[in-house]
Amino acid sequence: MLILECPYCGVKAEETELHGGGEAHLKRFGPGSSDDEFHDYLFMKENPRGVHLERWRHVNGCGKWFHAARCTQTLEVFATYSAQTTEPPQEVKDKISAKRPGWTWREFEG
Amino acid sequence: MSNAVSALGGASFAGLAKVTDTGLGGMITLRGDFASAKFQAAVKAATGTEVPATRKIVFGDTGAAAWMSPDELLLLVDYDGVDAVVAKLGEDLAGEHHMAVNVSDARACFSVSGDAACEVIAKVAPVDLDDGQFLAGDFRRTRFAQVAGAFWLDEAGVFHIVCFRSVGEYMFNLLKAAAHPQSKVGVYA
Amino acid sequence: MSTRLAKQGRLIDRSKQIEFSFNGKKLKGYAGDTLASALLANDQMLVGRSFKYHRPRGLVASGSEEPNALVGLGSSDRFEPNQRATTTELFSGLSAQSQNHWPSLEYDVGELNSKFFSRFLTAGFYYKMFIHPRPFWKHVYEPFIRQSAGLGKAPDKELKDADTYEHFYYFCDVLVIGGGVAGLQAAKSAAATGAKVLVLEEKSYWGGRTPVDGGTIEGLDAEAWIAKTVAELEAMDNVTLRTRTMGAGVYDHGYILGYERLTDHAPGQGGPRHRLWRIRATQTVTATGAIERPLSFAGNDVPGVMLAASMRDYVVNWGVTPGQKVVVATNNDDAYRTAISLHEAGVEVVRVLDTRESGGGDLADKVRALGIRVECGRAIAKVKDGKRVTKVAICAQNGEGGAREEIEADAVAMSGGWSPVVHLWSHCGGKLTWDDAQAHFRPDPERAPTGHDGKPFVVTAGCASGPLTLSAVMADAAAAGAKAAEAAGRPAQSVVEVATSDLTEAPMEAVWMMPAKADIKLRMKTWLDYQNDVKVSDVQLAAREGYESVEHTKRYTTLGMATDQGKLSNINGLAILADSLGAEIPQVGTTTFRPPYHPISMASIAGEARGEIFQPLRKTPMYDWHDSNGAHWEPVGHWRRPYAYVRAGESVHDAVNREVKNTRENLGLLDASTLGKLIVKGPDAGKFLDMLYTNMMSTLKIGKCRYGLMCSENGFLDDDGVVARIDEDTWLCHTTTGGADRIHAHMEEWLQTEWWDWKVYVTNATEQLAQVAVVGPNARKVLEKLNANAGGGMDLSKEALAFMEWKDGEIGGFKARAYRISFSGELSYEIAVAASEGQAFWNALVEAGKEFGVMPYGTECLHILRAEKGFIMIGDETDGTVIPQDLGLHWALSKKKEDYLGKRAQQRSHMADPDRWQLVGLETVDGSVLPDGAYAVGNGTNANGQKNTIGRVTSTYYSATVGRGIAMGLVKHGPKRMGEVLDFPGTDGKIYKAKIVEPIFYDKDGEKQNV
Repeated sequence: MLILECPYCGVKAEETELHGGGEAHLKRFGPGSSDDEFHDYLFMKENPRGVHLERWRHVNGCGKWFHAARCTQTLEVFATYSAQTTEPPQEVKDKISAKRPGWTWREFEG
Repeated sequence: MSNAVSALGGASFAGLAKVTDTGLGGMITLRGDFASAKFQAAVKAATGTEVPATRKIVFGDTGAAAWMSPDELLLLVDYDGVDAVVAKLGEDLAGEHHMAVNVSDARACFSVSGDAACEVIAKVAPVDLDDGQFLAGDFRRTRFAQVAGAFWLDEAGVFHIVCFRSVGEYMFNLLKAAAHPQSKVGVYA
Repeated sequence: MSTRLAKQGRLIDRSKQIEFSFNGKKLKGYAGDTLASALLANDQMLVGRSFKYHRPRGLVASGSEEPNALVGLGSSDRFEPNQRATTTELFSGLSAQSQNHWPSLEYDVGELNSKFFSRFLTAGFYYKMFIHPRPFWKHVYEPFIRQSAGLGKAPDKELKDADTYEHFYYFCDVLVIGGGVAGLQAAKSAAATGAKVLVLEEKSYWGGRTPVDGGTIEGLDAEAWIAKTVAELEAMDNVTLRTRTMGAGVYDHGYILGYERLTDHAPGQGGPRHRLWRIRATQTVTATGAIERPLSFAGNDVPGVMLAASMRDYVVNWGVTPGQKVVVATNNDDAYRTAISLHEAGVEVVRVLDTRESGGGDLADKVRALGIRVECGRAIAKVKDGKRVTKVAICAQNGEGGAREEIEADAVAMSGGWSPVVHLWSHCGGKLTWDDAQAHFRPDPERAPTGHDGKPFVVTAGCASGPLTLSAVMADAAAAGAKAAEAAGRPAQSVVEVATSDLTEAPMEAVWMMPAKADIKLRMKTWLDYQNDVKVSDVQLAAREGYESVEHTKRYTTLGMATDQGKLSNINGLAILADSLGAEIPQVGTTTFRPPYHPISMASIAGEARGEIFQPLRKTPMYDWHDSNGAHWEPVGHWRRPYAYVRAGESVHDAVNREVKNTRENLGLLDASTLGKLIVKGPDAGKFLDMLYTNMMSTLKIGKCRYGLMCSENGFLDDDGVVARIDEDTWLCHTTTGGADRIHAHMEEWLQTEWWDWKVYVTNATEQLAQVAVVGPNARKVLEKLNANAGGGMDLSKEALAFMEWKDGEIGGFKARAYRISFSGELSYEIAVAASEGQAFWNALVEAGKEFGVMPYGTECLHILRAEKGFIMIGDETDGTVIPQDLGLHWALSKKKEDYLGKRAQQRSHMADPDRWQLVGLETVDGSVLPDGAYAVGNGTNANGQKNTIGRVTSTYYSATVGRGIAMGLVKHGPKRMGEVLDFPGTDGKIYKAKIVEPIFYDKDGEKQNV
């Protein structure tokens, strides 16, 4: 059972206090987008073996959404960070690169 | 007001620890920018306290303020005076993005006291309550078995629990079960 | 025979005799006995029958690895099947029943059957039999299997477990699992650093098996060292010691389950029976010891054949010997200790058979010196079948089992070597390495399970690491404790050297088959898995049939799938598999070790969640009034809402009809407190609500209400409700009962993760307010009377508070907010007061309403009233695949807005398909009520030969107002087919005919609500 440190309140919350929210940093497509763009936005979620950027909510806690960078294979947690960002901050990228050299995310290569 | 009753009507149970419905208290959900001087002044005016640090509760002359999230406080004030405090907060924070809502009647409040109070809570909440881990003035939102709740520890060593009113009876029965006189764990007391 | 010895028994108190019963027979034991040792003391070697062949089975082991001695324990509301005699502490009045036999343990019909059926019951029996001949399964095999299969009896389903259970959350730096000498030493080393240490021991006593095996530690004999060390640890503030608590499982990020058995040894003493410790440990030390392996020889399941060290345990710990003439068979030195213990207890050791041509070390010399006959290079060819060992045939190990010598004996002590208990290490991904010298898998410290930081979080100590001699065990344990503490962030310590005494032991020899080239007749009588009746020949058959993977072979043969999870059988089984495949053992590998290590009670997992706290029941402030006024409860999420208020002499259906008519004709009260009330405030609140709702909320005037729809991002209708504009930047959004928490979370999600720069705050005020719907022609009258009684209050006239308006003020002296909204089509007010005053307000309405014919009404009446008006209900007309357009709600979809959640999705081709089923009203031709969920069938059939469906019923009721069944449904091209009669086949075989009509059955022009 995972423990993730909520970046907002600092609680090292166990999984029963959290709610998982799937892939992080999705770009929303609304009216005006193509069928393909909208389809990909809704349904084509990343499900990597390895480094994954995820959304979590500290639901039995401060109620805030946050992001976690986590290895889906070893469950190692590289960092948790603010939900108010469209991509992982550089320091989070660096932390991941230190542990998983050569990891990639979209166009980014670590 | 004479018509108003709390969820459990002041019920109490004495086992490993004493569990008591502490009755109606005035509570306000206050959301806003903690860094704003105006916000800080409004909190001070309402409760007599500063804005609490992360996961703390602070007590003032006219109330207390508990840290709920980075943009939300729970203000504890006199039950009968809540509407006036909410109105005053509205005035003090006029022109600044904020929200103040009376939630006094949405809550059930309990105290858990006695030597084994820690153990009773540790049976239902995934929180480290060992010596030095949870101190007077600490405030934590978490899960009590299957419902959300918040609790703090006062200077007298009494735990105070707040949950939603609709699950007040569940919370009371849960704490009662955890405080069964023959269920002492014996690690904290 | 097995019997109590005159002396020995370090764990029993001979001054305290205890009475118990086995299969109704009254027996006596001593305080400190396990059920197993007490049974042996009473010469009850036969303890059960095997699962498949019903072969007689006796005790094999002394601990939790015991595969045979499963009993039904207790009676009535404390009965529990499949309890291990070896882990059951004896108590006064204990009553145990053996399992898997009919009609009795001694004479079992299944055993005779097995002689006939055994050729069918080989590996893969079930898979082969399911195929052909088909009728045989149902009429021949299944009845037989059902009669003879099954492990124990389920408790009486009418009875409730008399005990209680609980959880306990605990946090520590170092958790030590296992309280043998290794665990105690590891705890001591860890605790010396100041780390917070918790030590769990599954048994009721400390020290493990070292006092039985002998040796000295720090100059003290083992028992004295254990007592001293436990006392030292107990005196330390940073150490907590728990006996009767098993480390059950190791999970991700250092989550460990501890299973504490508080009253199993003293049932009914009060308090919880089991406590499940939910531990978070920074580091975990598994000092879980090792398990002795059986030897694979024919008849190794005959009662009286026992693991050598277990036999020694019975002698030394409980003063019991399983036999009077014992043969010892071994491939290692440890079994010689058993020979010595037996000899010292006055039991005759007739022969020690050592498979090794070169024999053993110091211990072997000692045994010879005692005058015991030791033969090297020799083996057991066969133990004679029966309910008890009587004769043992001896042969050369390196042969096929010929040239046998038969000797008389009544017990056999066997040792095939030792396997470290690697389960807890492996649960969370710790890898193993094959140790050729010891012929076992042991933890590979280079490939430990890793935690949240990617670093190892489990360390093994003592035998669990692999070493088997006392000096190596103690050195390993001291290092493990220090290592764990350091990894948990404590200062590094130099590892203390623990002085121990050891004897020189000769290397063991791997023996997987005894004799090495045993013929098929012997192999068919050589058991690997005692509980599931898997033999050497079964594994070999599986290999021949192509099962090369150990995981497949396990499932095909059921090897290791019984309740002991192969603690004794796995290594022996996979060695046989490797041999059959011509592969090396490490190539074949092990099956996966999964928690729990040993079965734990389901009730401990449930913990306190039973009875009134099984799950939270959410109650409105008026719950008690409803309950004492006939409420027939309906669960709505965790809420309980009155479905109807049933009066004496009424059926529920009668009550619903009465409530419907009374609300339409007089006055009804509905407790609407459960409806969600979300307050949304901020400069961007209007913009935000315009994104959330399909219709425009930013333009709503202060003081007004508007019905709105919310869709998910993929277009489906998610929730609905009335929105009220409170002030310039504040709106109050009503949601459905089930939607309150969900929609609150939905709003927070979008605000926090997508539009975080928008200035909007949301608070869920649902529970702050008790809300009462005051409905019917007399609604205004009762409220005005309340105001008159109180000497004034808010003006509730049509002019002052028009339809779809709201107002704050006082009603009957209560501070209230009144909404002129109607979900029934009647004159209706929804009044919100403080939840704490909800009951008082309700009482006032009931009292004042008497002269106006007031009656409370429940959710079913609510549903009927809204269906009569054609209002949709989320969850009835919607099911997660329905869009507002399907329901004819185009008017609620703003065309002015560029965007709202769901808008883009509703433009997708399938959403705009004119063939989508659409909402219509349905009236049965004969006035009856359509079955809920019934499908309408059209012409033709689909590819499966089923009739094509062209629609379905979404809501259906008897309407007391119009005196007939009314329904709504989704029908293909429905709105264009008005007047058409459709067929709805019911599950009762009848075909219901219903006409398509407009979905409004009452007051089509809406005059009633607007008065």
